[in-house]
Amino acid sequence: MMAVTGWRALLYKETLRFWKVGFQTVGAPVLTALLYLMVFGHVLEDHVKVYGTVGYTAFLVPGLVMMSVLQNAFANSSSSIIQSKIMGNLVFVLLTPLSHWGWFFAYVGSSVIRGLAVGLGVFVVTVLFAQPSFVAPVWILVFALLGSAMLGTLGLIAGLWAEKFDQMAVFQNFLIMPMTFLSGVFYSIGSLPPFWQKVSHLNPFFYMIDGFRYGFFGVSDASPWLSLGIVGTAWLVVSAIAIHLLRIGYKIRG
Amino acid sequence: MPAISFQSVSKTYPPSRQQKAQGKPGLKAVDEVSFQIEEGEFFGLLGPNGAGKTTLISMLAGLSRPTAGAISVHGFDVQREYAQARRQLGIVPQELVFDPFFNVRESLRIQSGYFGITNNEAWIDELLQSLGLADKATANMRQLSGGMKRRVLVAQALVHKPPVIVLDEPTAGVDVELRQTLWQFVARLNKQGSTVLLTTHYLEEAEALCSRIAMLKLGKVIALDRTSELLNRQRATCCDSRPTPCCPGPSRSMRASPGASCSCRRRTPMKSNNCWPPFAKPASRWKTWKCARPTWKTCSST
Repeated sequence: MMAVTGWRALLYKETLRFWKVGFQTVGAPVLTALLYLMVFGHVLEDHVKVYGTVGYTAFLVPGLVMMSVLQNAFANSSSSIIQSKIMGNLVFVLLTPLSHWGWFFAYVGSSVIRGLAVGLGVFVVTVLFAQPSFVAPVWILVFALLGSAMLGTLGLIAGLWAEKFDQMAVFQNFLIMPMTFLSGVFYSIGSLPPFWQKVSHLNPFFYMIDGFRYGFFGVSDASPWLSLGIVGTAWLVVSAIAIHLLRIGYKIRG
Repeated sequence: MPAISFQSVSKTYPPSRQQKAQGKPGLKAVDEVSFQIEEGEFFGLLGPNGAGKTTLISMLAGLSRPTAGAISVHGFDVQREYAQARRQLGIVPQELVFDPFFNVRESLRIQSGYFGITNNEAWIDELLQSLGLADKATANMRQLSGGMKRRVLVAQALVHKPPVIVLDEPTAGVDVELRQTLWQFVARLNKQGSTVLLTTHYLEEAEALCSRIAMLKLGKVIALDRTSELLNRQRATCCDSRPTPCCPGPSRSMRASPGASCSCRRRTPMKSNNCWPPFAKPASRWKTWKCARPTWKTCSST
C-alpha cells in the first residue's frame, strides 16, 4: 500500500509541475496546432479531398490532435528528467524507496495526462473549423492512450540517456519531430508514391495517427487492428527497455 | 543490531578515457572501509576533500553502488533491501539543490508522499517551526536565501521521521545562526533516540557533537574511536613523540596541556593544504588551542 502512494506522489508532483507552467506546456502547443490548421486548412481545403469524401480541414484535425498528444507526452517526461538531472534535484526521488516500476508509472502516467490535456485543448479549438465525426470513439481513446504512453516512455528513455540539453535536442529534433511529421499528420499516405508508402509503413508513428484517425472517420490507410498490434508491441518493447534502465539506475545511480 | 554497518566497502570509479589511454586504473575513492554505528549514536565522519566521505554516504543512500563489500541500515542491505533501508534514512545532501516549481510546503508534502505518508501536516508544521521556516511555508524555493534552502533540505530529509539521520557537511558555507539552530535541532532528535551520522571538515563541530569519530583519508579509515579518547591519544602523540611541529612556517610557542612538559609550536592560523584537518582557528583565539591540535594536523609533507 505504501509503495502505491509513493508512486502516486511522484505522479502528482510531475502533473503539478507541468500544470504550474500551463501556458508553456498546454497553451502554447494548442496555439501552434491552431496556426497549423488555419494555414494548411485555408490553403488546401478547396483543393484536397481525402478518402474520397473527407474535406482536408476535417482530415487534418485528428492528425493535429494526435501530433500534439505525441509531442507533448514526449516533452513531459524527457524535460522533467533532464532538468532534474542537471539541477541535481533528482536526488529527492533517488533517495526514496520508490521502485523502478513506481518511477515508470509516475513518469509515463504524467506524460499521458499532459498529452491528453493538450490533445483535448487542440480538439476544442480546432472543432470550430470542422465538424467532427466520431465513428468509433473507443479507437480514439485507445490510440490516444497508447500513443501518449509510447511517447512518454520514449521521453523517459531520452531523459535518462541525455546528459545535457543539447543531447535532448538531438533526440527531439532529429528523431521525434521528423517521425511525427512524416507519419501522415498532414496527408494520407495513399497519396504518396509506392516507395514512400512502404517507407511510411516502417514508421510506428504512422500507425498511431492512422489508428486514431480511424476512430473519427471509420476509414484509414491501415487496418486499426494492425495499427493496434504494431503500436502495442512497440510500446511493450520500449517499456521493457525503460524499466530495465530504471532498474539498473542507468546514468542516475553511480 | 547496529544502525549502520559498513563491511569491507570499496568503491573504484572506472578510468576516464585519458586514464585508459595512459594505462592507469580508475580512482579508488573508498578502500576496504569497515565500521559500525550503534543505534542512538552521534557519529562523526571527518576528512579532507577527496577523503571519500561523500562517496561513502552516496553508497549508503543508494546513489552509487559499492565495488565490493556490504552496507546495511538497521540490518537492511542497501542494495538488496533498498526500500526498507531507505525508509530508515534521512539524508541531507551536501549540494544545495531544490525544485524550482514548488513552494516549501509543497516540497515537503511531495517528499513525504514518496515515502507513502499522505497525512503529515502536523509533523511538517513542527519541522517548519523548529527550523525557522514557518513564515516561508508558501514561498517558492527560488525566493529563499541559501541558508533557508539548506533548512528546507534538512526538513525534507526528516519529513518521513527517519530513525537514522545523515548530514553531509550541512554547515558548509552557512551562517552562525543557522548552525546553532541546526545543531540544537539535531541534538534534540539525537536525544530522542535518532542515530546521527555527520560528515564535516570542522573538528570543533565533531568534537562538540559526536560521541565517536572516524577519520578518513584517501578512502581509508585512519582513526576510529570515542571522541575524547581519540583527541587524548593524538594529544599524547603530539607531546610525547612529536614535540616539534611537522608543519613549516611561522609558529608561536605555547605550553602543552597540564601535566605535559613538552612544548608545541603552532602553525600560522590559516587553512593549509599541507595539513589535515585544515586549521582555520582565528589567531585571536590561540590560547584556547591546546598543543595537541596543531601538531595533530599530520602534515602530508613530512
